[in-house]
Order: sequence, then structure tokens, then C-alpha cells
Amino acid sequence: MIGNEVFQDKTSPRSDTSSRGVRPKLLAVSSGGGHWVQLMRIKHAFEDCEVTYVTVHESYHAQVPSDKFCLVNDANLTTKFALLKAAAKLAWIVWKEKPDVVISTGAAPGYLALRLGRIMGARTIWIDSIANAEKLSISGDRIGHWADLWLTQWPHLARPKGPHYAGAVL
Amino acid sequence: MIFATVGTQGQFDRLIRTIDGWAGAHGRTDVFAQTGQSSYQAKYIRAERFLDPTEFRNRVENAALVISHAGMGSIITALELGKRIIVMPRQASLGEHRNDHQLATAKRFAEQGSIKVAFNELELIDLLDQVQVTNDAERIASQASPTLISTIRTFIETGDVHKHP
Repeated sequence: MIGNEVFQDKTSPRSDTSSRGVRPKLLAVSSGGGHWVQLMRIKHAFEDCEVTYVTVHESYHAQVPSDKFCLVNDANLTTKFALLKAAAKLAWIVWKEKPDVVISTGAAPGYLALRLGRIMGARTIWIDSIANAEKLSISGDRIGHWADLWLTQWPHLARPKGPHYAGAVL
Repeated sequence: MIFATVGTQGQFDRLIRTIDGWAGAHGRTDVFAQTGQSSYQAKYIRAERFLDPTEFRNRVENAALVISHAGMGSIITALELGKRIIVMPRQASLGEHRNDHQLATAKRFAEQGSIKVAFNELELIDLLDQVQVTNDAERIASQASPTLISTIRTFIETGDVHKHP
């Protein structure tokens, strides 16, 4: 899984969206620490998109200085009030940005963002953290029904109806 | 320079105490630790509770060895910068995390051989005693695997979900 892979797709011709001159709007949501580091490792997949990052620490903005950036409070299942607060903030962001696609590497704020994005008609991508090597995360397990592209980073956790395995951030 | 890090979630006194003791016993004065919510007061190593991401990366960059909890942020950053890394997973039964996913992560990565794993304090001391902090490990690419990138890219562009076996 770890290798010196060089991704050389920068020159590949873009299909429909760029020929229409429209960049897809993408909302990329993650919690802090490893979730954010994993999001940074897939950001080359978004280079043809108008990206708004949503995460939990202002200091991360320095890593994506030219993109839009919003903050949300972190939350988990044991912090119900924080979950509600995050949901309200995310609802506002999703309403304002009207993304075509919502993507998340977890955790709870990403789950909420995908659910809210789906309500607003966005397509959704969930990439379960590579830290979940034995079973999916709670959010990652529950999001299946609402993730159009539902991925795990461990082949042995993939199932026929999803999540699917399509490589890892390492 | 050795850089130890425990991330931001909850105490991990066990890791800091072990490294502090090892540094004291070996007269190492070049150990710096990010201790998060740990309450143990280090005697031999320099410590700071939290670092911003830029400083965190600089600390890893300037380290010959990284010692860490089994958090993916630390592991990925160390591998990206080509650093040797020893991880000790947090354990839920000791109040170090909400669950034991760090144990599972550490086992999987130990099988791959890309990182060294200590499952307890004694194993950590053994690994520290063995370590040759001279050569950097090989750096990994700065991006995810090409298949993952192209799967996401294709989905964003077309909505197609390519199902991999």
C-alpha cells in the first residue's frame, strides 16, 4: 500500500464540466488531526473544482490558502449539544454554498454535511478513515445509505453493496 | 532530535512518562514532546501541550525519529516526510481513548512493516534502545494512491461510481 506512486493525471483532458466552463462546486468537510491530513492527501482530485473546505481549526487554512474556508465545531455522539450546533452551522454553509458534491473523510461533522448536502441535491462521497482498520467508523457505517460514493480504505472491509475499496491515502 | 507526539484527544501519560524515563536514563537532551491533555510533568524532555499544524510539520521535518500514539495524522505526516516512526496505540481500558481502534490500526501497519509498533511500555523502551537515529526512511508520495484519486475525480465529473472488486 505504501509506495512511490506518482500521480500524473494533471494533463488529462477534462470532460463535460470544463468544456462548459463550469467548475463543479465541492464542499470538503473533515474533523481535525488524521481526518484533515487524509483530506489533504486526496485534494488533487478536486483541482478542477471550486472548493470550500470546512474543518475545525483555523490554523489549517494555511494549507489551502487559495480556497474558501469555513469553521465548524467538532462533535461526536457523546456531545449532543455540539452535534446540534455543528448541524446548524453546516446547514447554513450547505445552504449558502449549494455544492454539487460534498466529500468527507469523517468524522461526525462530515456525516452531518453529507446528510444535509443530500437534502439539498448534492452528490456525496464518504471516505472512511484509514484508522478504521477492523471495522468502519460509526459515522462511516451509518452514512452508507446517503453516500453515492461510499469508500473504505481497507480491502477486507469492502462489501458488494458498499463500502467499496478503491485504494487508500497511503 | 527525537519528536514525540500524542495528538489532541485525551491524556496519554503512559507514552510521555516512558519516553521521559528513557531520556533521563540515557542522558538524552534532544527530545521534544507534544503532550496534549496528558498531566504527567516531564523532567528530562522539553514539552509543549499543543502545536499548530505548521509547527507540527516542522518538528517532524527536523526530527530523526518520531514517537507517536497510533493517530493517522502523526503516522501519515512522518511517512510523508520520510521519518522513522515508532507508535504505541492508545488503549480504551486505560482511559486513553473512546475505543481501541488505535490497536487495530497499529496491528495492520505493523504487518506492513512501514512503522514500528510498541504495544506496551517495555516494547517501547526496547525499540528506543535499538533505534539507530541516523538514516531517514524512504519518503512516501505526497498524495493518495492514483486509483483513489481517479475514482473520486471521475465521480465528481460524471457521477459514475466505479466498483472495484
